[in-house]
Amino acid sequence: MYSELVMEHFRNPRNIGVIENADGVGEVGNPQCGDMMRITIKVKDDILEDIKFQTLGCGAAVATSSMVTEMAKGKKLDEAMDITNQAVAEALGGLPPAKMHCSNLAADGLQAAIKDYRARHKA
Amino acid sequence: MDRVVYMDHASTTPTDPEVVAVMLPWMSEQFGNPSTMYSLGLRGAKVVQNARESIAHTINADPEEIYFTSGGTEADNWAILGVADAHSKKGRHLITSTIEHHAVLESMEYLEKRGCEITRVPVDGGGLIDPEEVRRALRPDTVLVSIMYANNEIGTIEPIADIGRITREAGVLFHVDAVQAAGKLPLDVEELGVDMLSMSAHKFYGPKGVGLMYLRKRTRVTPLLHGGGQERGRRAGTTNVPGIVGMAKALELADNRMAEDAVREAALRDRLWEGLSAGIEAIHLNGDPVRRLPGNLNVRLDGIEGESMVLMLDMEGICVSSGSACTTGSLEPSHVLLAIGIPAEHAHGSLRATLGRSTTTEDVDHFIKVFPPIVDRLRQMSPIWCENCVCKQRN
Ligand SMILES: Cc1ncc(COP(=O)(O)O)c(C=O)c1O
Ligand code: FES
Repeated sequence: MYSELVMEHFRNPRNIGVIENADGVGEVGNPQCGDMMRITIKVKDDILEDIKFQTLGCGAAVATSSMVTEMAKGKKLDEAMDITNQAVAEALGGLPPAKMHCSNLAADGLQAAIKDYRARHKA
Repeated sequence: MDRVVYMDHASTTPTDPEVVAVMLPWMSEQFGNPSTMYSLGLRGAKVVQNARESIAHTINADPEEIYFTSGGTEADNWAILGVADAHSKKGRHLITSTIEHHAVLESMEYLEKRGCEITRVPVDGGGLIDPEEVRRALRPDTVLVSIMYANNEIGTIEPIADIGRITREAGVLFHVDAVQAAGKLPLDVEELGVDMLSMSAHKFYGPKGVGLMYLRKRTRVTPLLHGGGQERGRRAGTTNVPGIVGMAKALELADNRMAEDAVREAALRDRLWEGLSAGIEAIHLNGDPVRRLPGNLNVRLDGIEGESMVLMLDMEGICVSSGSACTTGSLEPSHVLLAIGIPAEHAHGSLRATLGRSTTTEDVDHFIKVFPPIVDRLRQMSPIWCENCVCKQRN
């Protein structure tokens, strides 16, 4: 039911883990709903220098988490903020309709991490 | 690596080659419609009658009490909707449990939306129903009690005979969904005291898309399917001759080897549980440790979600299923796991392995070997699993 690309990201997720002393942390979802994601980011000169994720969830949740970190890495914060859930799903070659909500985790998690960074670094 | 370890027998079973063999002629040269007057068709009528007699004999019923259907779902729908309709003058109250199959629960909900009252009796932490709860739920306007014989997720075996005594005493009709029990537990409709019982062939090594309802004589039930006068006018539709022939053979085979299969599958299941619980931390058994179907194992693992386990096991050639909402497309985790008191976040991390005839010791050992690294890997990527965090200390 998943595309080959989704399965590839599920099998070999990119950027798994936690950044120690991260500049921003985003946590979205809820274990009671079966899905939760934590993204940690390292920012340098307004650029996402490093990004890592941990995800509890289905194949689509893992694959979209992995994909969003790939899409965001090296991007300017403003550009990263513009990544939509839709764009993540499209980059994966689409998701089954019942799984579209899982892609919400990914972009939401990234945005939460960037917002956290901005809140901490308000001049 | 091309090896397939099939451990999802509660979902469906491979059709036994002996069953396939007896079905084949009825799909080729003997293709006639049993409702005709010439010998090509009448041979079909005869073989269906033989099947009816053989199945009736196995469950201690009369052949006229067997009605062939398209499977378990149809039989469950028919029993519930048919009784509610035929007995609406007596009352509009029905009793079921919280852990029934969706074929029962959704039929009950359908009636509820149309003005019936439904009581769903609770289960204990192992999934067992207390017959006294059924007795307490009975009312003068109760028209049906529908309780499953064995649960499809956690394998719990319900005290059907005890419930049957209560319903009989009260003069209330009793339907039993025996889809998971058929071929695995002795079925004697007299001993169980049931008025209606559903079965489905593909759960006991028969073909898919064929099942039956046992309907005690003189029980009033409105038909679900209207059309030609098949099944003595109570279930219309051209008779599925090959399916029925296959189901009868499958039930005969299952009945002959029931005790032997049960002992073997329970031993393999226990080996699997011992191996997994020895090699993995924070793994727990779901359901009743004793009163459960022999091949059924259902576990939950802290800190991981079920679908990702299913997908990773599939890469190792292992077929299992999970109680996570993520596998069903709904957002709710298994209603059965919630009903036995497992919190939602743990229900999502559940996995069901159901062993069967083809399961070998090697299959079990393969599972025991490949599963712990999968669990480790998923826990490493889990935001709620960490060596010292609170979620782990809770357990
Ligand atoms: C307990 C139970 N009832 C009913 C059904 C439905 O049977 P069928 O697949 O024949 O429609 C199933 C099978 O999934 C089941 O496990
Ligand atoms: S995380 Fe639950 S369906 Fe995707």
